[in-house]
Amino acid sequence: MRKQNPDFPLSFFKSVQESSHFTTMWKRSCSFLPSLKHSQFTASHFSCTPVHFEPTKKICIIGSGPAGFYFAQNLFKKVPDISIDMLEKLPVPYGLVRYGVAPDHPEVKNVINTFEKVASNKNFKFHGNVTLGRDVKFSELRQAYHAVVLTYGCNEDRELGIPGENLPNVISARKFVGWYNGLPEDKDLEVDLSSETVVVLGQGNVAVDVSRILLSPIDLLKVTDITEYSLQALSQSKVKTVYLIGRRGPLQAAFTIKELREMTKLPGVQTLLQKEHFAGTENIIPNLPRARKRLSELLVTTASKEQEGSRYFRPTFLHKPVEILGSSESGVVQGVKFEINDIDHEKGIARGTGKYEVNECGLVLRSIGYKGTSVDSDIPFDSNRGVVVHENGVYSAGWIHTGPTGVILSTMSDAYDQSNRLIEDINKKTLNVTNSKPGFSAIENTLNSKSVVTVNFEGWKKIDKIEVERGAAVGKPREKIVDVAEMLRIGGS
Amino acid sequence: MALRTLCYIGRAIESTKIGLHTVQTGARSLSTSIRVLNKPEYSVTFVRPDGEKIKAKGKEGDTLLDVVVNHDLDIDGYGACEGTLTCSTCHVILKPDDFAKLPDKPSEEENDMLDLAYGLTDTSRLGCQIQLSKQLDGLEVQLPATINDARS
Ligand SMILES: Cc1cc2nc3c(=O)[nH]c(=O)nc-3n(C[C@H](O)[C@H](O)[C@H](O)COP(=O)(O)OP(=O)(O)OC[C@H]3O[C@@H](n4cnc5c(N)ncnc54)[C@H](O)[C@@H]3O)c2cc1C
Ligand code: FES
Repeated sequence: MRKQNPDFPLSFFKSVQESSHFTTMWKRSCSFLPSLKHSQFTASHFSCTPVHFEPTKKICIIGSGPAGFYFAQNLFKKVPDISIDMLEKLPVPYGLVRYGVAPDHPEVKNVINTFEKVASNKNFKFHGNVTLGRDVKFSELRQAYHAVVLTYGCNEDRELGIPGENLPNVISARKFVGWYNGLPEDKDLEVDLSSETVVVLGQGNVAVDVSRILLSPIDLLKVTDITEYSLQALSQSKVKTVYLIGRRGPLQAAFTIKELREMTKLPGVQTLLQKEHFAGTENIIPNLPRARKRLSELLVTTASKEQEGSRYFRPTFLHKPVEILGSSESGVVQGVKFEINDIDHEKGIARGTGKYEVNECGLVLRSIGYKGTSVDSDIPFDSNRGVVVHENGVYSAGWIHTGPTGVILSTMSDAYDQSNRLIEDINKKTLNVTNSKPGFSAIENTLNSKSVVTVNFEGWKKIDKIEVERGAAVGKPREKIVDVAEMLRIGGS
Repeated sequence: MALRTLCYIGRAIESTKIGLHTVQTGARSLSTSIRVLNKPEYSVTFVRPDGEKIKAKGKEGDTLLDVVVNHDLDIDGYGACEGTLTCSTCHVILKPDDFAKLPDKPSEEENDMLDLAYGLTDTSRLGCQIQLSKQLDGLEVQLPATINDARS
């Protein structure tokens, strides 16, 4: 889709062709052609010998999701003479773009093209399979680099804190997503899809994602990069009804309109709403801000629309979960007990009515949000908010900076803002970049002493290639490798 | 390599509009670029929040996103989803007259994404959905203050 730019004017191209001497030099100093654009050379520099100096400003970014890559992109664009090492816990890059974004939303992953451009910069190095807090210490990174940038995202769940939350078949949406997307740590998750009814607790876009995956016709999933084992499990699934349950009212729904519209168009699936939840909203909806108004209108129209299909998506409002009930013998989940809420639509305040209801189900997916944690005790961290705080020489961006809300685009804005802050600190000299720092060579010693196998970007490209080939063989865009050991065999160095 | 060379030459010709008749033979890509060459070009101006103007040209049928990509215009984060209506980073604000001149009203899907755009106005559109045409020649669009997405 995206057209490649003509990176070189014709005259320059000719000069490369004509001078074989030059070509060799060029190859030696800068092995990857497209990175020319990002390098400090311009055509006019080519009369003198292009000598490649080791950049003096050394930055380390932890985590290779969107925050890390957009941060790097902005630094390369605005700061000359800089090198960036990106450390990533997994052997492979891109964080939640690979392991969060739903497999049936491949367009969202187009951002990877931008990340690949960043990775092609000759002063960028990716080091996969390196975990901060385990393989390398925060204090070591502080010693080795002028600045450390934490973009390691949020890797835990928020919990409801109600009885029964740990019963078998009560699963966090985060793990369920990790399971269908092939996150190595979740590949062996036991998901029992033998019950007809599933309750999803929470109403954000992640909750809608997991509902859609459970209800989608299998033929729609077959052509995505969903993992083979989950495709198998889903093809034998008995699930017919998914409840998407939240405490608040329809005018406070947390999902966005695009996600809801997609559900209303899902073949074979009816989106059923309780009309009584909309009583008293008629006069309020027309005066809501545009986005909220359009979303509410779509809910109202859907509530009274004739639909067809033998599977059901049931967004249910004003239900506050109070207990998850299990069978007394097997312990397996049997239902969720809710307190019914009442709502003042105008003020948006929900209150308990003291009335209770039990919703039977055989699987509960808890989707009330992610949680950020400190991965090394020396990281300046606000444990109440679950976010990294700024200190001299330490920056952060993305979910571990803002908290786990927002989409790739809000993450992008934050990464630009925070990298601008670093740049400002260099310019104002509040960040010292004049002293010499060892950079990755210091870290490498530690990693070697612990026999950590790392994966560089070329290693990832080898894994990528094999995944795409395996996918092509079965009519999928890729078949993800889910075993870390196998990834390391292919891409390790 | 030969193919790659040809490809570069083809692109160079496309962008510089020279020496068409000297390269006649071979590659299909060349004949495509010749056809592309015949399409009329129109100009478009992007105005940054601080008032700075970025002028560029595009061919008939190119979207504003195509123009940004083809000229590598320096607009942070523009077009993150590459025109698949899943972001809203290509948001632009039109003058009311130009807005009215557009042949198509925004689709439901475009409106769904516009809902999430930062700094939405009554004359906002997504640049990946606007195609250059004779009527729109000289179009001037405003870029919103921050490229952002309010889905959080
Ligand atoms: C299920 C789900 C679906 C989503 N779908 C969409 C969507 O469709 N569209 C959209 O725009 N947004 C979507 N989002 C939001 C989007 O994924 C986030 O906004 C974005 O990924 C946040 O980026 P990040 O870089 O802060 O974190 P992440 O993407 O989480 O990246 C963090 C990286 O750090 C690594 N890491 C963690 N700990 C360590 C450590 N100790 N050492 C080294 N590395 C470490 C992780 O492995 C990971 O690669 C979705 C989110 C989720 C959870
Ligand atoms: S480029 Fe993403 S919506 Fe236009």
